[in-house]
Amino acid sequence: MSTIEIRKVTKKFGEFQAVKDADLSVKAGEVVCLLGPSGCGKTTTLRMIAGLESATSGDVLIAGQRMNELSPEKRDIAMVFQFYALYPALTVGENIAMPLHYEGVSPAEKKARVGMVADILHLTGVLDRLPGHISEGEKQRVAVARAIVRDPNCFLFDEPLSRLDVELRHSMRGQIKGVLSNLSKATVIVTHDQLEALTMADRIAIMRDGVIEQVGTPHEVFAKPANVFVASFIGTPQMNLVEADLRSVKDGKAELTFDGAPLAITVNPAVSALKPSKVTIGIRPRAFAPVSKAGKSTITAMAELIEPMGAETLIHARTKSGNDIRVVVPREKRVKMGEVMHLEPDAAQTHVFADGGKAVRA
Amino acid sequence: MSNLSDLLEKLGLARKGGVDNAGWGRTLVVAIVSFIYFLPVLMIIFTAFKPQDAALSVPPTLSPTSLFGLIPDQYVFTPTLENFGSVFSRVMTAGGQPEPTGFDRFFFNSIVISSVSVLLALVIGTLASYGFSRYPLKGNDTYLFIILTTRMLPAIVVIIPVILMFRVVGLSGSYLGIIMLYTAFNLAFTIWMMKSFFDELSTDVEDAARIDGSSETKVFFKICLPQVVAGLAATFVFGLILTWNEFLFALLLTGVDTRTVPVAMNQAVSSGGRGTDWTLLASIETLFLIPVFLVTFFLQGHLLRGVTFGTVKR
Repeated sequence: MSTIEIRKVTKKFGEFQAVKDADLSVKAGEVVCLLGPSGCGKTTTLRMIAGLESATSGDVLIAGQRMNELSPEKRDIAMVFQFYALYPALTVGENIAMPLHYEGVSPAEKKARVGMVADILHLTGVLDRLPGHISEGEKQRVAVARAIVRDPNCFLFDEPLSRLDVELRHSMRGQIKGVLSNLSKATVIVTHDQLEALTMADRIAIMRDGVIEQVGTPHEVFAKPANVFVASFIGTPQMNLVEADLRSVKDGKAELTFDGAPLAITVNPAVSALKPSKVTIGIRPRAFAPVSKAGKSTITAMAELIEPMGAETLIHARTKSGNDIRVVVPREKRVKMGEVMHLEPDAAQTHVFADGGKAVRA
Repeated sequence: MSNLSDLLEKLGLARKGGVDNAGWGRTLVVAIVSFIYFLPVLMIIFTAFKPQDAALSVPPTLSPTSLFGLIPDQYVFTPTLENFGSVFSRVMTAGGQPEPTGFDRFFFNSIVISSVSVLLALVIGTLASYGFSRYPLKGNDTYLFIILTTRMLPAIVVIIPVILMFRVVGLSGSYLGIIMLYTAFNLAFTIWMMKSFFDELSTDVEDAARIDGSSETKVFFKICLPQVVAGLAATFVFGLILTWNEFLFALLLTGVDTRTVPVAMNQAVSSGGRGTDWTLLASIETLFLIPVFLVTFFLQGHLLRGVTFGTVKR
């Protein structure tokens, strides 16, 4: 079975802890994205799975077997590197055939398998060229072709699309997803692009400072972020995260002091367990309904900057005490600069984070 | 100001704004400078072809041909190959018969000693520099520094301990001794040169090869080495030039049978008591130039070629 599992994996570089107690399991046929900002340890985690980096502690299991001590060539994996890492002195065809070389495949079969993957990834025309003489998009496809030419235990992708331009990235995202869905292998993709993660992954593991903060489906991490970091990291424009004082919770409605004014909003039942304290309220920019009159459940803010984004318009509004609120409204809704807006948050999309940053949710 | 730049532009000495368009003027300047560099070598080559009496004549003879009457007759010499013959065989005592001078042997020695030691240094040094580059030791830089210390002192300072060491172990005058010495000296240079070439490579490519099933040995030979061919060529040429021309160690550490050309050259021109034989010296030097000239010429393509073929952009 093609599976990947890491248990309590830690990596130290001297004093610096790059990865702390990471747990992750990937089933056969599942695509998991490691998502996080630069330097969060996602590439290190991937390299530990590949065996290019040894884990300081913890277990790395591939296909159910502990592989910590095995060198990369014995792990039976395929990896696509960020800079493609094609062999410069070999032609595209030879590059793709390289993994087969060590498998002792007959020349005829080698040719057939290279031809097959070249066909899938539209590389038939460039098989005889050197990597230096093909386009960036082709290089990327060669890297993918080299990974799928074998039948490995699992696939690892390190920022596979980061070097492509926007358009190419779109089409490659689809192509890779298509290719992977036919292979039913455990796959880990490292990326810092949330859109890439949201579109390609079955599950997303969000990392920060070497810690996996949340693992969930794209839907889960977007709709139910586990903490303030995940909430701020997933979704564009970014979720509004503002501090408020929780005074009391009654019948599922929270009484808050927000921006110096009382605010009553419907919240998750679990919030009622909280004592009066400082909390962070998270509301997505698309979860506001602009209403005509101020009320108990509205936030008042003045439009300061208006950015049309095509179908929608992004408005940066400022509250009385200086909190910046991002609101996305449909294109038809015209808002003028300096206009005072009354915004009613959608209760279903309002998140309450307790003092430490953890989401309070039943 | 603009008049000056216009003028320079017209003369081809300044660029108009386009790229890659060196004008004739600039090319000419480079040609003149190159000619100045080449002039001493050219003089030696011409002297090698001069009859003995023309070597030091006043006014000096400048050209083997009158260039269709362009150069006045007194500056023209009649080229001869006689000097080259006397490199290998000539009359040593007054009124005697021509004797072999042993220069065929000295040329053979020079070629064997320098090529073997440079190749040895290249093999050992490339392996060592790969190690220094990929598997750094604790205090890596210190070791690299220590390796270089052998080249920090002038040869004349190092020579005394070296002679003593060679006497003790009985390596004086042997091929093994001088080859070992040159290898050790070239190693420092080779390790530093090759390390910088290995450092430039993307380790991703090596990691990819590991994942594709290559052992460490295969990663080195199949993946790394082909990418540093330019470095190998450059290191080989520089090492060869240094070793080929080395005089002091060769003078003191080679014997009659293992003498190299620079040493033999010195002895050939100063023996015989007839003063310096300039045409003989020039013809030895001309012959001496050829091997290094050929090697450099044939490796030039490698020296100039890009290292990674643009696969990995940084």
